[in-house]
Amino acid sequence: MKFGILLKEGPYNHQAADTAYQFVKAAMARGHEVEAVFLYNDGVYNVTNLASPPQDDRNIVQRWSELGDQGVEILSCIAASKRRGIADEVLSRNASITGLGVLTDIAIRVDRLMIFGD
Amino acid sequence: MGEEVKKIMHVVRRPPHGTIYPYEGLEMVLIMAAYDQEISMAFIGDGLFCLLKDQDTTKLEIKGFMKTLGVLEDYDVEQIYVDSKSMAERGLTPDDFCIAVEVLEPDEMGQKMAEQDCIIPQ
Repeated sequence: MKFGILLKEGPYNHQAADTAYQFVKAAMARGHEVEAVFLYNDGVYNVTNLASPPQDDRNIVQRWSELGDQGVEILSCIAASKRRGIADEVLSRNASITGLGVLTDIAIRVDRLMIFGD
Repeated sequence: MGEEVKKIMHVVRRPPHGTIYPYEGLEMVLIMAAYDQEISMAFIGDGLFCLLKDQDTTKLEIKGFMKTLGVLEDYDVEQIYVDSKSMAERGLTPDDFCIAVEVLEPDEMGQKMAEQDCIIPQ
C-alpha cells in the first residue's frame, strides 16, 4: 500500500512526531511505500537544523533526515513555515519547503493519508 | 493525475481562536478546493463555534476568519455539515451561523465520513 503522512505537531512537545516516525518505519519494514511526510501547523518545527536535543535522547529532526535518505520526501508547508521562522537557511537535511498543493496531490495519489496530531 | 475525483473531508473540532488549528485548517481547505476534488467540511464539538455570526477578534489582536468562511461557496465548497448533537448540546441553531450548513444526525455524519477517501481532522 502507498501511504502519505500528514504531521500536525512539533517534536518533543507532542508524541505525534514519534508516532508518525514509528508508523513510517513499521510500514516500510512491512514492504509498504511511504511517499512523503508533509508537515503542517507546528509540525514544521520537525525540520529545523537549529535543534540540538540532549545526547541521551532521540534526535527527532535527524530521524526525519534519515528517512529522507531512504527515499521518503520530507515536506514542510510554506505558509505554516513562514509563520514560524522555518526557512531554507535553517532547514534540516533532506527536508524541503513546498505548498499545500503538493499535499493535495499526495492525498489524491496515495492509498491512505495518515494524519498524526491531536 | 487520473480522472478520479477524491472525496476529502475536513473535520473542524476546535473552537475558533484558542489555537491556530481552525484557521490553518481553513487555509488548507481553500487550497484543496482549487484542485477539483470533492471537498466537504464537517463541524463537530466545539468546532461549531467557528461558524458563529458576528465574531469580533479586534481585542484579541487575531486575524479572524469569518470573511474566509464566506468565500467557501465561491470555491465550490458547498458541503458544510454540522453535527446535530453538538449543536443541541451548545444551545445553537443554524440561525447562529454565518454560512449555510446542512445539519446531520450523528449516524448520518458517520455515514458521510464512511464515504470519504480521506478525512483530515483540523
